[in-house]
Amino acid sequence: MNLPYYPGCTLKANASHFEDSAIKAMEILGHQLVEMKDWVCCGTVFSQTDDDLMLHLASIRNLLRAKEQGFDELVTLCSMCYNTLNRSKAFIDSDPDNLKKVTDFMYRENIEYDQDIQVYHLFNILKDRIKYETIEKLVHNPLKSLRLGAYYGCLLVRPKEFAIDDFEEPTIIEDFLRILGAEAIDYPYKLECCGAYQTLTQKDVSVKRCYEILNSAKKANCDAIVTSCPLCAYNLDFLQKEIEKEYVGFVNIPVFYFTELLALALGHTWEASWSELHAVDPLPLLKDKQLI
Amino acid sequence: MAEEKRKMVKVYISGELFEVPEGSTIVTAMEYAGFQLKRGVGCREGYCGACATVYREKGDYKLKGGLACQTVVTDGMALTQIPFVPAEKPTYDLDKLSPDVSTFMELFPSVFRCVACNTCTKACPQDIQVMDYVQALIRGDIAKAADLSFDCIRCGLCALRCPAEIVQYNNATLARRLYGKYLSRKSPELEKRLKEISEGKFDQEMDKLKKMGRKELSETYYKREIKIS
Repeated sequence: MNLPYYPGCTLKANASHFEDSAIKAMEILGHQLVEMKDWVCCGTVFSQTDDDLMLHLASIRNLLRAKEQGFDELVTLCSMCYNTLNRSKAFIDSDPDNLKKVTDFMYRENIEYDQDIQVYHLFNILKDRIKYETIEKLVHNPLKSLRLGAYYGCLLVRPKEFAIDDFEEPTIIEDFLRILGAEAIDYPYKLECCGAYQTLTQKDVSVKRCYEILNSAKKANCDAIVTSCPLCAYNLDFLQKEIEKEYVGFVNIPVFYFTELLALALGHTWEASWSELHAVDPLPLLKDKQLI
Repeated sequence: MAEEKRKMVKVYISGELFEVPEGSTIVTAMEYAGFQLKRGVGCREGYCGACATVYREKGDYKLKGGLACQTVVTDGMALTQIPFVPAEKPTYDLDKLSPDVSTFMELFPSVFRCVACNTCTKACPQDIQVMDYVQALIRGDIAKAADLSFDCIRCGLCALRCPAEIVQYNNATLARRLYGKYLSRKSPELEKRLKEISEGKFDQEMDKLKKMGRKELSETYYKREIKIS
């Protein structure tokens, strides 16, 4: 099955291992992620200002162009893109005046935005369309004895209208990790914010947030953290250098994209180019668990 | 007087009414009206990009942009001339840059302010997909940005209209430079030819050309053989 795919900017740059592992894992599952053409940035953060429609144009333009290319749905890997595309769509669709203004502004596009398009996160596709039971049967390299902490952060579960699972007690990632053969560990900070873009202006805030999240996972005996958000992955992984300086005795913990583990469990070879984009080297852990 | 018989149109230049011959371009209309253009005009062939301008046509709410040497005036047009586009233009050493998104993060952080409104594309007189190359840069696709922006003549209208205050054309120039230096297919023939030039293989021939008069040079040019191997 072909799945219309919206990558987002980070998956073409600092998180290219996220995209690469997803495409390869999906191929093993018999599905092609077909990248839509001429996509633009999703707008990054969903704008909370309701009187500046310009900030919603990027999302709507993507949906319009996907429709023009014959798609009536889009699949995202990045939590931020998933969240922003859906929220901008809901915001614009809910107000006829906004809808008209945005449509008028985009007169140079070949078609008009007609709202009739859905945005899904890959987790929803894996669980509801491909089915976890089917994936479980294709696991050739079960992630035995790997104790993994699912990290949802904010964007997969908030606001609740766009949550990919129960917004307070989600288990969609834990259930996924279990079918891959891993042990899914519950820990109290799995829904906490990583500090997001505070990492640019007030790094100490993000360092503290990430320390609390990672420490919470480590106390629950997690071997690694699993996420689907490039910004969370950046903060949780790359800020560990700062955390080490701030919190004496802190020991590093690897951070994975869920698709890297999916590909590995389905029998795809771990790729050196994936390791290069991690701050904390995941190889010692994977070797220790005899997964590579 | 032949000129007086020409059909005239009314235009407003910087708010003042003038009658200029129908079919004039904005540049020739301004000169007909007595303006002496020292800046904001160049090749007069639509190639140099010096004469970017904005104008409005009678009965149309849109502020349009174009090249003054290529845009023909219409009756009731309101126009002006922009002498220069002051734009952010960092200096850099191409040898020390990498052809990826990090270079743009450092030199042109404003490019990440793009909200995909497409105003730049609407403004471009070259019909370049400006927003699409900006978006390509944001995701680090330097080759695509270089390709999409290839026809850019650096007139600056994109930057003048951008609500996110991005200087698109300087970003595009850097993208093409990076592409040329790091990403394009290297030509072994070029290396060979450069070596031949530096060794003086063509010095004698060049001296001969330099001594020719205009007529002889022109004849030689049109009689030249182009060898395609």
